Amino acid sequence: MKIIVCIKQVPETTNVKIDSEKGTLIREGVDSIINPFDMYAIEEGLRIKERLGEGEVIVISMGPPQADQALREAISMGADSAVLITDRKLAGSDTWATSYTLSKAIQKIGNYSLVLCGKQAIDGDTAQVGPGISSWLDIPQVTYVKKIRQISKDKAVVERMTEEGFDVIETPLPALFTVVKEINEPRLPSLKGKLRARKVEIPVWGVNELGLEEEKIGLEGSPTRVVKIFTPPPREKGMILEGEPQKVVDSLVEKLKDVVIR
Amino acid sequence: MMDYLLTEEQQMLKELAHQIAEEKIRPVAKHHDETQEFPSEIMKILAQSDLFGVYIEEKYGGTGGGVLDLVLVTEELSRACGGIAICYAASALGTYPLILFGTEEQKQKYLPDLASGKKLAAFALTEPNAGSDASAIETKAEKKGDYYILNGRKQWITNGGEADVYVVIAMTDKSKGARGATAFILEKGMEGFEFGKKEDKLGIRASATRELLFDNCKVPKDNVLGREGMGFIVAMKTFDITRPGVAAQAVGIAQGALELALEYAHQRHQFGKPISSFQGIQFMLADMAAEIEAARALLYSVCRMIDSGNTNVAKESAMAKMYASDVCMKVTTNCLQIFGGYGYMKEYPIEKYFRDAKITQIYEGTNQIMREVIALGLIKELRKKK
Amino acid sequence: MITVIKEKCTGCGLCIKVCPFSAISKTSDNKVEIDLTKCNLCSACVSVCKFSAIVIERKEEEKDLSQYKNVWVFGEQKRGVIQPVVYELLGKGRELADNLGCELWTVLLGYKIKNRAQELIHRGADKVIVVEDPLLENFLDEPYTQVLVDLIQKYKPEILLAGATTIGRALISRVAVKVHAGLTADCTGLEIDPAKKILLQTRPAFGGNIMATIITPNHRPQMATVRHKVMKEAPVDSERKGEVEVLNYNGKLNSKTKLIDMIDEVGKTVNLAEADIIVSGGRGLGKAENFKIIEELAEVLGAAVGASRAAVDAGWISYAHQVGQTGRTVCPRLYIACGISGQIQHLVGMQSSDIIIAINKDPEAPIFKVADYGIVGDLFEIVPLLTTRFREVLKK
Repeated sequence: MKIIVCIKQVPETTNVKIDSEKGTLIREGVDSIINPFDMYAIEEGLRIKERLGEGEVIVISMGPPQADQALREAISMGADSAVLITDRKLAGSDTWATSYTLSKAIQKIGNYSLVLCGKQAIDGDTAQVGPGISSWLDIPQVTYVKKIRQISKDKAVVERMTEEGFDVIETPLPALFTVVKEINEPRLPSLKGKLRARKVEIPVWGVNELGLEEEKIGLEGSPTRVVKIFTPPPREKGMILEGEPQKVVDSLVEKLKDVVIR
Repeated sequence: MMDYLLTEEQQMLKELAHQIAEEKIRPVAKHHDETQEFPSEIMKILAQSDLFGVYIEEKYGGTGGGVLDLVLVTEELSRACGGIAICYAASALGTYPLILFGTEEQKQKYLPDLASGKKLAAFALTEPNAGSDASAIETKAEKKGDYYILNGRKQWITNGGEADVYVVIAMTDKSKGARGATAFILEKGMEGFEFGKKEDKLGIRASATRELLFDNCKVPKDNVLGREGMGFIVAMKTFDITRPGVAAQAVGIAQGALELALEYAHQRHQFGKPISSFQGIQFMLADMAAEIEAARALLYSVCRMIDSGNTNVAKESAMAKMYASDVCMKVTTNCLQIFGGYGYMKEYPIEKYFRDAKITQIYEGTNQIMREVIALGLIKELRKKK
Repeated sequence: MITVIKEKCTGCGLCIKVCPFSAISKTSDNKVEIDLTKCNLCSACVSVCKFSAIVIERKEEEKDLSQYKNVWVFGEQKRGVIQPVVYELLGKGRELADNLGCELWTVLLGYKIKNRAQELIHRGADKVIVVEDPLLENFLDEPYTQVLVDLIQKYKPEILLAGATTIGRALISRVAVKVHAGLTADCTGLEIDPAKKILLQTRPAFGGNIMATIITPNHRPQMATVRHKVMKEAPVDSERKGEVEVLNYNGKLNSKTKLIDMIDEVGKTVNLAEADIIVSGGRGLGKAENFKIIEELAEVLGAAVGASRAAVDAGWISYAHQVGQTGRTVCPRLYIACGISGQIQHLVGMQSSDIIIAINKDPEAPIFKVADYGIVGDLFEIVPLLTTRFREVLKK
């Protein structure tokens, strides 16, 4: 069973701060990590392989050349192989162009049973690429998967998280799932994995290798475009209430009671 | 950080062990120390990360490293918790006899599961009346046909009850003295092999320390490790290789304590300044840092010596263990001192390091025995020259 | 293509600070250069450069999009109930439609649902297209996508808005690819550009640390999803009249996936997305049992219970309650954080709440930087006192 996991290398948000004087974003250092939600996708792929006793987990990522690091990290966790999709012409892709590109790579790999993605990337926060890919591939999708109850070569029964609780959905394979944090606890890399990740060759596919149509990729191929980036107005400075606990509590309740009483 | 010219693989190994120590061990160390609950979850993680096989040959499922690799992992894990680290390292103590003296059949049978971490090992020599005087063991092994019948008990066995594979030293012929003991491989579940109570310890409380009880336990003769009469040689040769493991635990605990004390000294303000700005504290920190580095350098050198194939390592191995554990006790005591009153409170992590440190001066040969080994080694070398 | 106009560049370095991908660096002649292997063309630097020294060039296309008319709202329903976010979308939709001088339509998919159409008209829709089919009774990705794509291709709306709900996000992303439209998720602002008459979609990125304004100049419909409680609800006008068109698919719909069950997790304390008030507990609680203190306050306030990642990872409460980067993003009227230090990953999940209260014994805790009111103290003392006091005050 071939399982393809799509991952993205993102800047680590902890390092992002706002310079309140200049109203700009400050980043300290270049820490790049695998998008946290994608870690759950990789782990789930590995668990499915273990559960079925057979299978192959292939990790792919579209990004700048340094995304190679993220792919090697996934291999050190146990993924069997990886592909890096990179090309200068892909820069500036919005989710439409990105999902197109990833779907072409998935088609090139071919013969897959399952595509796994994280719920969303913590930099773009759109959650659009996963469903976009399944749309291009014309396969069923289930988003916000919090548990895979059953899985076999040609079908799966999963739990999809909803605002009220969850839905139980049965789907034939191949299909695409986007997963949420609750689904598992990602493993740490293994030593053998790390040694393998160091040596493994990761093929690089660009526009030519994938046969991408130029009007569907990059900045030009993206229906949406960013016209402005700004920092939101900072919250007004709050106040610390001081004094004896009962007095502080009384004062706070007094301030809030109109908010609470609808 | 001092550069020990580790290979890229060793560097990777150290980083992986460090990541596990920080992300997985540190958060649960206090819990296991309080409840004495065996850290099975951590053992699973170490197994999944291939760390149990770092000193075992690839053909048995390991990654083909040596003692230095084992020591690098033990040290990093000990920085977060000496108790949890020894659960890992003690398995090596029970595995090395098989590596050194096992037949090919025995190796094929036991090493793969030990390398994968599926099973843990333990080593059993100590008895109520036989500590430093190992020759005073009373556990008997009587040959009867194709079996040996074991009767007796072992005390204070690390991983006792948790391990599946045990190397047990028992007396086969008291009249032969030092050549009268034999090493046996036992498995949990063998008839007549039970476990006694779990000890309630001062430190390394995450580690399970139990009595082993043998009541007419039948052990097949194929489970003799080495040959009859080689028991003490098996033990001594094993200790030569595994004493660095205790030294690694000691260095790790000392390092972990120093890091806590350094952070504390930086944050704690008295007399309008952080206490790290007072010379008294600075001198303590400096002395401790240098001593730990010296212990580490000695330890790594001994490991390299062993890994190069040198078997005449008793004196050096004892030096590494003795020095590192003495440094560890001194360092943890001083680190607690730096914490002052807070150091005495269980709410703060340093008292655990202080408690964990003590055992490193005692087990796998007390430091008094270590000094004897070193002195005898010196004298032997002197005699050789003459 | 992105280029630095060297003559205009003063080497002030503001762009370097702003680049989330660290793609910009100083050159030896005190200018900046952009590493194209790292640049993602996000245009943060373009926006911040005071000297207009960085330019992103693209081909300007002129497409005839005049056949696309009207503002559409996806009328999300669950178990036959129109979801409240739809009323908010209608409120905003009305504003956009009036600005553009066009109509506001709603698309309602379901089974035996057409009696709900009037509700939507009372909220401002000029027309409601109802599509009924047993397969549409509950949300299924494929048939919903198929219907919506067909309708878009037939009627050609200019703008389509949907709620950024579990359903909305899954559905609209799939539709956007099929109709080759631009989609902007989680918009906090929607306006019409007065000159170009196109939709300006503003949304947070990097966990809310920056805002981006996005347009879809050459593709239609311009699609956007909006979170619940961000826009204002449309008022009810029960006298309002409108058109209702009912369509049937006569069994031509299919779905490879099957909905086997729908399970509600008991209690409104779980539904963070709907809550007006949330009381959250963090590492400071110490153990699972102490969540009782949080639950008691929540009960008195009629609030939902939230949690920081630390509390969820420790197993004290289930993931459904987690607020933060890898949990849910919420913006209630009132958010009370108890024993939560306020790491950035938590803040990004709740910092747009109207009023934030923080209770923590560490005066340096980062949560106090976003709190409107903070109490430095022992939550085990403060929270029960709050519960008692609120109980007294609210009873009166």
